[in-house]
Amino acid sequence: MAGDAAFVRTALTASQPPPIPAGPLHGIVRGLFFGPLNIALTLFSIFLIALLVLPLMRFLFVDAAWQGTDSTACLGVSGACWPFIWAKLGQFIYGVYPEALRWRPDLVFALGALLLAPLLVQSAPFKRLNAFLFFAIYPVAGFVLLTGGNLDLKHFLLGRLLAWDIFGSATAAGLHLSFWSDYGASALLLAALAAAGATLLRARARNAALAVLAVLAVFAVVGAMLLAVDLDLGLAPVETRSWGGLMVTLVVAVTGIVASLPLGIMLALGRRSEMPIIRLLSVIFIEFWRGVPLITVLFFATYMLPLFLPTGVSVDGLLRVLIGVALFSAAYMAEVVRGGLQAIPRGQYEAAQALGLGYWRTMIEVVLPQALAIVIPGIVNNFIGLFKDTTLVLIVAIFDLLGQLRAAFADPAWAGPTTLYTGFAFAGIIYFVFCYGMSRYAHLLELRAAAVQR
Amino acid sequence: MHRFVYALLIIAGFSVSTARVEAAVLDQIKAKGFLQCGVSQGIPGFSSPDDKGNWTGLDVDVCRAIAAAIFNDPTKVKYTPLSAKDRFTALQSAEIDVLSRNTTWTLSRDTSLGLNFTGVIYYDGQGFMVRKDKKVNSALELSGASVCTQTGTTTELNVADFFRSRKMKYDIVAFATADETVKAYDSGRCDVFTTDVSQLTAEKLKLAKPDDHIILPEIISKEPLGPVVRQGDEQWFDVVKWTLYAMINAEELGVTSKNVTEMTKSPNPEIKRLLGIEGKFGEALGLSNDWGVRILKHVGNYGEIFDRNVGANSKLNIDRGLNKLWSKGGLQYAPPIR
Repeated sequence: MAGDAAFVRTALTASQPPPIPAGPLHGIVRGLFFGPLNIALTLFSIFLIALLVLPLMRFLFVDAAWQGTDSTACLGVSGACWPFIWAKLGQFIYGVYPEALRWRPDLVFALGALLLAPLLVQSAPFKRLNAFLFFAIYPVAGFVLLTGGNLDLKHFLLGRLLAWDIFGSATAAGLHLSFWSDYGASALLLAALAAAGATLLRARARNAALAVLAVLAVFAVVGAMLLAVDLDLGLAPVETRSWGGLMVTLVVAVTGIVASLPLGIMLALGRRSEMPIIRLLSVIFIEFWRGVPLITVLFFATYMLPLFLPTGVSVDGLLRVLIGVALFSAAYMAEVVRGGLQAIPRGQYEAAQALGLGYWRTMIEVVLPQALAIVIPGIVNNFIGLFKDTTLVLIVAIFDLLGQLRAAFADPAWAGPTTLYTGFAFAGIIYFVFCYGMSRYAHLLELRAAAVQR
Repeated sequence: MHRFVYALLIIAGFSVSTARVEAAVLDQIKAKGFLQCGVSQGIPGFSSPDDKGNWTGLDVDVCRAIAAAIFNDPTKVKYTPLSAKDRFTALQSAEIDVLSRNTTWTLSRDTSLGLNFTGVIYYDGQGFMVRKDKKVNSALELSGASVCTQTGTTTELNVADFFRSRKMKYDIVAFATADETVKAYDSGRCDVFTTDVSQLTAEKLKLAKPDDHIILPEIISKEPLGPVVRQGDEQWFDVVKWTLYAMINAEELGVTSKNVTEMTKSPNPEIKRLLGIEGKFGEALGLSNDWGVRILKHVGNYGEIFDRNVGANSKLNIDRGLNKLWSKGGLQYAPPIR
């Protein structure tokens, strides 16, 4: 047998010491200088750093101008023109939001950070309350603070369809009685319709009662939100037209992110549903929104929609964009989530069914937790893409951070050779901070999910 | 079949309602309490936000003058910053009432877009900028040069016309935005930078050494820039047009924002008509008779807004050139108010 093998060791070789002694420093040294390839790569990297990073540092700090009131401060300087950023900083963050009222967006930023931070830390207590505050209360509060609330709602369903106007323009505490009586009547009417429908379909009494309750519950929740945005809290109204800068970037991105995940999950479930109509509708929705470019969606929503809407009906420009972005990103999110759903083995579904779980409990307690954990990288990829896609709102005359920046370049008072580079460096740093933050947090989530699966 | 009929009805309803939108722009503006003005997303001297976030510039002052004429308050304007390609759509869909955005008056734009040009606020033309050390004194010596320009603009076509008709060789190096183009020129990617002369002057400030560059004397195109309105509302067309004419007439008559109050006592009948002391010219436009006073008091005459935004009192320091009054050898000429 031994004759078949090319080499047979007959005696043990003496054991050797480890090639490089252990220890943190030695690990680095080994990584950088072990073998000719590593040495070559190390030298190349040092060369690259010297080539790129050093001039960048020189530009950003050493050669930069730090003080001044217009471009004359930066004319003799070869580095960054920081006074330009300083002079325009308010615009970069708030757009042309009135200066006296900028405490309101500040408060919204602060509240958001305060509510989001404990939500992201897994060990923080009161998760349910926290999530409720962030996903239900915070958007309404943010809306009221940023716009000033006091929407002055006048007509609901009946008012528009049947000219229901029993209270005329009478108001109580700044609220139009016509609207709220209309709202209540509409709620009762729809509840009655649900009951009638259930009777027609010969549903069981319990199901009919559930349908009625569901209608009333939806109206109650929506009513509470409407009441919050309709109340006159004495805040001066600020139009979305004067919003801009980082504020708009964040509003669009956060709305898109928060709305797209639940919508995307529903669409993904719909696409894999066994009910043909729901499946067809989901497929049509997803393929439609994936089939048109975001620019087209925004352009259509802004410039084409007014041509089709009847006179007097106008939807706020930013709101149109928000809806467009949310639907658009939901379609992409649906496909990411579907990838996760398909990765779950059939046995998981069957096991859940064998335990007697219904469709929703199967999904919520067995399938989705596993599926979402798998697609975290894809989801975050979507979020980061969405965050950067928000710059497309410039197309429809809304100035996000980049839009404000480009407009600021045109100010003759700041025309100078380094203004452009300084501005883009500043924007780049801000975008990087946000995107890298999201990416690192996603990495943490992945590690945690992996630990759970082990 | 029923569904089809229903769909038709909806479409018919929409077309009726869109037709209604077109009626009486001036009344709509008065009702909503502000003018919706389309400006650029940033063109130095014409429309750009200053450090406080207020829009300033020549095009912006046109908007302010119209608002002053209507409301006696130049701040009752809402600005919609538009890119070059979206500007006409925004006007057609009534998102804006008037487009005051550095827009060249051409036949095709005037005829096929359903728009009307109201006049010329700035006579511009395309020119060339080169480095002084190239020792070029005329555009006719540019054969074989590489030319930096912005892609998708008429400037690109004008360059082609200019060089081809003279059988000169050239290379186009095109970029998406003005900022990129000027940076490319500054870093030596091309020998010549071409765009409208007002822009050349503004972009020159962004060069590392502005004094090392000159703008050649040849102007190779006509670029009359002016405000645009939708077709189909003659009254509104007249309001915008005569707001421009009032500012030009005022300069010719020596009425400025500073002396307008004293000038109301002037014996000159032309000034009296401009300032609404004589005649009912404001009412004929659907405005009040002191519309001229309002424009001049809040915004100023044509010479003032030119100097303040692009001329001698601005960083751009552009020569009046073609934009001098007709009486001083320029092209700015307004029909008389009578």
